[in-house]
Formats: sequence, C-alpha cells, structure tokens
Amino acid sequence: MAISFTLQKQLDQFQLDVSCSFPGGVLVIQGESGSGKSTILNCISGLLEPDNGRVQTGERVLFDRQHKINLAVQQRKIGYVFQNYALFPNMTVEKNIFYGLKNQPAYQDKTKRREMLEYMEYIMDTFGISRLRQKYPYHISGGEKQRTALARAIVTRPELLLLDEPFSALDMKTKELVYQEFLELKHQVQMPIILISHDPREGDLFADHRLYLQQGHIMDPQSNLLPFAR
Amino acid sequence: MLEPIFLSLRIASIATVFSFFLGVFLAYILNKRKIPGKNFWETLITLPMILPPSVTGYFLLILLGKRGAIGSALIDLFGFKIIFTWYAAVIAASIVSLPLMYQNVKAAFLNVDPSYERAARTLGSSEFRIFWTITFPLAWPGIISGIVLSFCRAIGEFGATLMVAGNIPGKTQTVPTAIYYAVENGNSQLANTLVLIMAVFSFVLILTLNKWLEKRNYLGK
Repeated sequence: MAISFTLQKQLDQFQLDVSCSFPGGVLVIQGESGSGKSTILNCISGLLEPDNGRVQTGERVLFDRQHKINLAVQQRKIGYVFQNYALFPNMTVEKNIFYGLKNQPAYQDKTKRREMLEYMEYIMDTFGISRLRQKYPYHISGGEKQRTALARAIVTRPELLLLDEPFSALDMKTKELVYQEFLELKHQVQMPIILISHDPREGDLFADHRLYLQQGHIMDPQSNLLPFAR
Repeated sequence: MLEPIFLSLRIASIATVFSFFLGVFLAYILNKRKIPGKNFWETLITLPMILPPSVTGYFLLILLGKRGAIGSALIDLFGFKIIFTWYAAVIAASIVSLPLMYQNVKAAFLNVDPSYERAARTLGSSEFRIFWTITFPLAWPGIISGIVLSFCRAIGEFGATLMVAGNIPGKTQTVPTAIYYAVENGNSQLANTLVLIMAVFSFVLILTLNKWLEKRNYLGK
C-alpha cells in the first residue's frame, strides 16, 4: 500500500516542511534529536494537526487541509508504537493487546470476534509473549515491553504502522535480539511501516526507503542516504 | 452526644458525594478539554479554601436566604425553606470541601502520562472509554486522597455551617458547633469527649489513607 504525506507545521524553533511518498515496505526517518521526526508521526497519526498538507494511505485521504478533510485519530487505522511503549500500567499484557480489538466495529460480530481473538493468540505466540499474558507491564523486561507494544499496535491490522524509536530504550544485548525479531516481523506483516531512529545502523538494517531530516526539512538526497523516498 | 456525631457523619458523607462528582467533572473538563476562561473557573472553585469560612457562609446566606436567588426559588417552587436546615449544612460542607477534591483530582489527572491516552486514541478508543479505562483508574489513588481529605474537611466544617444552618440541637447541630457551644457553656466534659472523638477519627482516616497509598502503586516502585 502506497503512503504519501506532505506536512507543514510551525514549531518553536523552525518550520516543519516535508513531503514524501513511498510504495510500501519500511521507511526509516533519521535525524538529530529535535529535528521534527516525532512531529511527523504525530501529524500522520492525527495526534497533532498540521498547519497545512495532506496525508494519504492507499486510496484513503486521512488529512487534506485544502479539502477540509481531517479524520479523527480513532478513524485513521494507524498502529503506533511510542518511544516509551505507553503500555497501560493498570492492565495486564493480555488486556493491553486486547484493548484495541474491542474498539473495532467488527468485534460486535460473533464470528469476526472469534477470528480476532484467534489472531490475537497467534500474534502473542509469534511474539513469544503468551506466557506473560497475566503479567503487568512493570513486571516485564524492556524487550518484552517492546514486543507487547508491537503486538498491541498490529493486532487491529492497521493500514500503516508508526514506530517512534522503538529500540532506543533497550540495552545493546537485547537490541541485537530484537533487531532479528523485527527483521522477521518486517517480512511477516504486509503493512507499510514508518520507523524513526537516530541510529544509522537501524537504517541500514531495516530501510527500504529512508529520509534524513534536519531542522524540519528533508536533506538533499545527493548528500545523504539513498535510496531517497520521494 | 451521639446526635451531633451522626448528623456530622451524614452531612459529611453526602457533601463528599456531591464534591466527588462535581470535582471529578470540573477537573476533567477544565484540564482535559479546552474550556474558555479556565483560570477564572479554577479561581472560583478554589476561593472557599482561602476565604474565611464566615465570608463563604455570608455568600451562602445571601444565596440560600428567604430573599436569596436559590432560597426564594425553593420557597416559590416547593414551599421549602432551606436556610437553617441540615440541607443547608450539606451545601456549606460541599462548597468548602470542593476545592480540596478539585485540587487532588486535578493533580491526579495531570499526573497520568498523556502518552497512555494518546496510545488509546490510536487504538480507536473513544474519549469516554479512555476516561473510564485509562484516566480514571490511573488517577484513582489521587481521587481517593481527594475523597478522604474532602470528607475530613466537611466533617470539620464550622463557620459557614453555623451561618447557614445555625446550631439547633437534634436538627442542625454538628460536632464542631456542639464543641463550640459546649465550651461557651462551660461543659468541658462534653467538649473534651467530642474533641477526642474528632481528633482520633480524623487521625485514623488519614493514617489509613497514607498506608493504602503506600501499598497501591501501579508503577511498582
């Protein structure tokens, strides 16, 4: 599924002004801290409203300032893994993953509900977190939190997955393990992914396309990382 | 001696229920929604905490009195005179305990990491479900603090209660007003007993709250 976004947003220090489209796979956005990377994800997901621009996933227009289209976050069908994972501390791992399913209109249908629950079991098995189902987030390791957050984001089968520095909170040893798992995930889930990272190695490992951001602007492709997504 | 105790408990319990619903509602809309004049409303809610109770009582007297906006409306509509009844004491206790409830609930709501609510939104959850499944449960320890402190404030309310409910034994006499009149009439035995009951009751309540808060911590610290 093709993804395209054009975003303009005035930030405290600079104006974010980016435009990008990619045909699917993994887009890695890299750049210094404070260059506007997370703002891009927030604008795409609808958590933040751009001053101007357009966001489209496949045929669906999520935001278009010119045509006054601005879908609510809840309607955008976007999975989001936050930098701190944002696992609900008052819910077990299982309830965290289940949380989004109950919001799906299809959940009201008995047959579809059973399918959704089976898929949830499949995802938990695949991510190796079935044994953690009754544990609370503060009782599991950083790697397990990351897998739970990923499972929670993809169990609703979103059309686009946004990952905001999902590896930054992990120690080196765990990172190596999680990198392998993420490479497998990338092949398993057929959904476009936008991954934010400030680690060039992660770009080398996962990127099908990548952008380098500086002060809210995409840097010249000639002087930077290729292939450039545009 | 038991009558003022039971009346105080009844008034404080009902007042706490009122200030709970009002405090949670106000803390939510003023801090989680964009409401014009937020500072004005917040100042108004907090005012009874810093004003002398007699000033709050005077305002209530104007409102609830026979010629007051609320008092006269109640008489016209239901033939009910609210002033110098225990209902007026409930209103006074609710008004003076509301700031404590509001401040505690507000702090509890603001203490909930917004990334949880943001994550819930991306998972398709409505604002109503987010409130009941994320915000409220995570803010619960702070809300409990608000409930206990408001109850203690309501049960100890004296000045405003005296002005709007008076001190009618068996009808509007609460523990604090009973203590005041016992001292004034030289009945130190009654005053001492009621003071001891109030002090021990409040101490045990706050101690229990602190112990519960120590145990209850989602972050497992």
